[in-house]
Amino acid sequence: MIRIEPRNAPSRALTLGIPVLSALIALALAAVPLMFAGANVATAYGEMFRGVFGSTFAFTEMLTRATPLIFTGLAAALAFRARLWNIGAEGQLYLGAMAAVAVGAGFLDVPAIVLVPTIILCGCAAGAAGMVASTALKTRFGADEVVTTLLLNFIILIFLQYMLEGPLQDPMGLGWPQSAPILDQGMLPPLMERMRVHSGLFIALFCAVVAQFMLTRSVWGFKLRAVGENAAAARHAGIPVNRTMMSVAIVSGALAGMAGVSEVAGLKGYLTADLSPGFGYTGIVVAMLAGLSPVGVVISALFIASVFVGADSMSRAMGVSSYLADLVVAMSLLCVLIGGFFARFRIARVASGKGEGA
Amino acid sequence: MMDILNILLSESFWAASLRIATPLIFGVLGALLCEKSGVLNLGIEGVFVAGAMSGWMAVWLGAGLWGGVLVAAGAGAFFGLIHALLTVPLGLSQHVSGLGVTLFATSVSYFTYRTALPNVSSPPRIEPFRALDIPVLSDLPFLGPVLFQQTALTWLALLMVVVIWYVLYRTPLGVAIQAVGDNPDSVDAQGLSVYGLRIGAVVAGSALMALGGAFLTMSAFDAFFFGMVNGRGWICIALVIFASWRPGKALLGALLFGAFDALQVRLQTEVGAVIPSQAFLAAPYVLSIIALVVAARRADYPRALLAPWFKGQR
Amino acid sequence: MTQTIVLSLKGLSKRFGSVVANDDVSLDLHQGEVLALLGENGAGKTTLMNMLFGHYLPDSGAIDVRNEIGAIEPLTLGHPQAALSAGIGMVHQHFTLAENLNALDNIVLGSEPLWRLRRDSAMARSKIEKIMSDTGLQVALDVPVGRLSVGERQRVEILKALYRDVRILVLDEPTAVLTPQEADTLFENIGAMTKRGLSVIFISHKLREVLAFSHRIAVLRHGVKVGEIATKDADERSIARMMVGADTPETQREDMTPGAPIMTLENVSVTGRSKRDSLTNVSFQVARHEILGVAGVSGNGQSALAGLISGLNIPSNGVFRIDGEAIAHGNPSAMIKAGVGRIPEDRHHDGIVGSMSVAENMVIERLNDPEVQSGGILKREAIAENAARLTEAYDVRGPGVSARARLLSGGNIQKLILARVFEQSPKLILANQPTRGLDMGAAAEVARRLLEARKQGAGVVLISEDLDELLGLSDRIMVIHDGELIEAFTRDREEIGLMMAGEYE
Repeated sequence: MIRIEPRNAPSRALTLGIPVLSALIALALAAVPLMFAGANVATAYGEMFRGVFGSTFAFTEMLTRATPLIFTGLAAALAFRARLWNIGAEGQLYLGAMAAVAVGAGFLDVPAIVLVPTIILCGCAAGAAGMVASTALKTRFGADEVVTTLLLNFIILIFLQYMLEGPLQDPMGLGWPQSAPILDQGMLPPLMERMRVHSGLFIALFCAVVAQFMLTRSVWGFKLRAVGENAAAARHAGIPVNRTMMSVAIVSGALAGMAGVSEVAGLKGYLTADLSPGFGYTGIVVAMLAGLSPVGVVISALFIASVFVGADSMSRAMGVSSYLADLVVAMSLLCVLIGGFFARFRIARVASGKGEGA
Repeated sequence: MMDILNILLSESFWAASLRIATPLIFGVLGALLCEKSGVLNLGIEGVFVAGAMSGWMAVWLGAGLWGGVLVAAGAGAFFGLIHALLTVPLGLSQHVSGLGVTLFATSVSYFTYRTALPNVSSPPRIEPFRALDIPVLSDLPFLGPVLFQQTALTWLALLMVVVIWYVLYRTPLGVAIQAVGDNPDSVDAQGLSVYGLRIGAVVAGSALMALGGAFLTMSAFDAFFFGMVNGRGWICIALVIFASWRPGKALLGALLFGAFDALQVRLQTEVGAVIPSQAFLAAPYVLSIIALVVAARRADYPRALLAPWFKGQR
Repeated sequence: MTQTIVLSLKGLSKRFGSVVANDDVSLDLHQGEVLALLGENGAGKTTLMNMLFGHYLPDSGAIDVRNEIGAIEPLTLGHPQAALSAGIGMVHQHFTLAENLNALDNIVLGSEPLWRLRRDSAMARSKIEKIMSDTGLQVALDVPVGRLSVGERQRVEILKALYRDVRILVLDEPTAVLTPQEADTLFENIGAMTKRGLSVIFISHKLREVLAFSHRIAVLRHGVKVGEIATKDADERSIARMMVGADTPETQREDMTPGAPIMTLENVSVTGRSKRDSLTNVSFQVARHEILGVAGVSGNGQSALAGLISGLNIPSNGVFRIDGEAIAHGNPSAMIKAGVGRIPEDRHHDGIVGSMSVAENMVIERLNDPEVQSGGILKREAIAENAARLTEAYDVRGPGVSARARLLSGGNIQKLILARVFEQSPKLILANQPTRGLDMGAAAEVARRLLEARKQGAGVVLISEDLDELLGLSDRIMVIHDGELIEAFTRDREEIGLMMAGEYE
């Protein structure tokens, strides 16, 4: 007979090892769909590896891909730490991007030193507003934020279509649903000649470090963790639960909005409705794989970005559907969940007299 | 105002409402069954996709329409089983596991579809379910077109409302499912299996959800498109709360929703010039949020919803 | 009485991690007998019964049961279903009822095949009604259990067992939630049942009821059976000594003159979700140097009173003053600032954040204190030093101050909370069930600290279900019933018991 026993304290090796192992298992499991698609598995893995580490360009592409994932990963990690289920990073990302083009594509013609911070600020504020709306519905009316953030994603996407066909449409764009480009001085400067990787990456890394510090060392982080781990005890101890939730919502939404700013002002230059291939949802996987640790988010974002960039390149070379990457990402989430179980519990075999059977 | 009245009195409006409501009825019933046993299933969106893709593909490969329905239900049950195993015996976060299942089921479906049909520009079509057109009944005024010219899947959805209601309130199994969602110890102390009941409810509920997806590709349309589920699963999760976990109210909620959606499509043609079309597109989602806000405070949540239960740890 | 043995526990042992809950316990039960299983909290009584009922699998040992035809058979261990079919029923301390179902459904649950297409309610109903009239256990069958009183729920639990024709019934602390009068009725019903051949084991730590209502007493201490005695040969002193290993220490309470009023309630009402968590027009005072004991059966408004003093509830009308200041919109942090120390009833749920460290839990109520933070950044060294000092001073034992608080035992969690509260020299202390579930040593420490605070000039509101504790510690006793508080003016348990039942003018 088997029974489940909680471990007293998960060891350091387990907390660090399990996400790594989960990621590797998910990557290995990709062999199944590869075989199903009739591809040579070894060649495919080789192509994926080359697609990330084969050239400077490939590697910088991976970094470019990781940048928004760090932002959305942080957005999810901080919110989830407070047990605030922000599943709306996808929508908040687009809110941030819309705000960025609204102020950056000619509305304000000021020097870079003013324009760039303004764009960032407006993008963050727009993203935060999205999450604040859902959180207010939760604290005021008890409406589950999982459902409202998910539904808001769809509403925001529809709003985006409207904006791109209306107020934000590029008058020079020949009627395409896209925005006017952000002014040159409003763009986040690139990091390398002729590469797409941009200084949004530095902002993302900076945010991760600050988030880590605030979470573990500040009173705000203390309150956030207390509210997330045991809201009843936090309330009893005099911590304002709703206000803490709201502050987390602002930070989480702002980070998601920043992902949109970074994509539009760092990479694309203008806004279209396919700016994000699900960065918001993937951010949840990034956060879970990181064990909700801000610094861990950086590492897991690099991994997930490698999977996407590698799979894209393999897909072009071998004709296997690039949905393989989404499959690996989904499997990493399921694997790390199961792994998290083994970090918290152990399965003990119990000798039992006659208890076998049922 | 006369226009709206005309629409509300027309047969085609009510027929469309029922048609739009059908996938939601399957979805809400499935989510209700899971949640009654104490398990929130956010895998619903992915299960819809899996049901839509697998059902369609089975038919496309020559399985016949009812064969397709069975395959879809089987696919739903499979992904439901993953969610059930993660959340019931392992007791993992129902939120995260559900989202994981949604991502997994969606990517498996998309990958399978793309791998099977690598280079098609327009999605291949199947011969979908036809309206039943029951003689005599379908010639009844008003009721005929509304009720008796629907496809078999709509009838199946209505039948399932009765079945789920009967099972929950009139059979020992249903009473046990209600008990396990309120207090798992009550079931355990009487010698029934908490795990068995919950896993069973989640698997069966997910199979039902998948039929909602299958309706999309096998009755509403005749092909599979990426993104065709478009948040219907999440809407069902909101509707369950709106329905206070009651099958009758779930049907009512889905119908109201269908009616509103049908109305907005018709209004769009009337006043489309004044109001941007996106306002109508967004309406179902806005409506869901409103329904949630209205219902949330007085909602009668199953007491054990979201709470994991481990054997021998009381 | 017949001496037919219906049940033998043989050498049962159970460990949880490094804790030995039961060590080689053997016990026989005779037909038609009421056996009291006596022991302190944590002595292993409940664990033993959970093994009997299949909730826990023993590490070693065996159980024999006499079956219907009189043969002795070994019981399959670890399966509630096996215990049920062997004729053993258990009424848990925490009721295992589905509150959304009515009593009938709860009783019948699990007794019919699941896959049957319909329920046979009529037959079930007539069988239950017969049991009810035979035993005097009356309950409304068609009302959702969530709307029944605690006493009624307990009757549903017993009916659940009897419906399955149990021959052996185990009751885990059945009187913990009942008024003294309800408890008497319960034991009368049990008497009626044993006359019909039922054998009963009831778990208790109350000497009085054990002596009054059992035939035989078995005493557990630290997981070991330390004695077994026929009730007619036992007296309170001898079994108390068996239970704790020494004579019970008396709490020393010195006389003290009450000071100025520290908390005043004038016609205060609190509107809760139900009558069970509301207060109606309550007026009383607590003075410095005074412990006010609040007696009552749980669910009579204690949570509303505690919530009010903790700052979780706001009064819907009336005047509520702390140290002369009227509190209109209380919240927990305002109460802390006003000098109120709060010891919550459910320490795991409200007292600590289990996955945060012991050190963090020690400062969780004073995050604005410049000793703890400056400019919003935590002073980690000061927090660690504070924790080291307090764990030493309050003897909080555990794996260290940086370990998660949930790893502490219940008694040490309570000491952590005491340290947090008493270090702030509160003017008023709310102690809500402060010794529930603690062993005698930890309970004595709580009592000592409360008396010490009283000496220092604090006023104390002590809410407890344990009348002995209240009589031992309080200067005055008030009784809470149905959301109303009345002064007891007496120390007679019989009279206080009647007031708790609301049958006293």
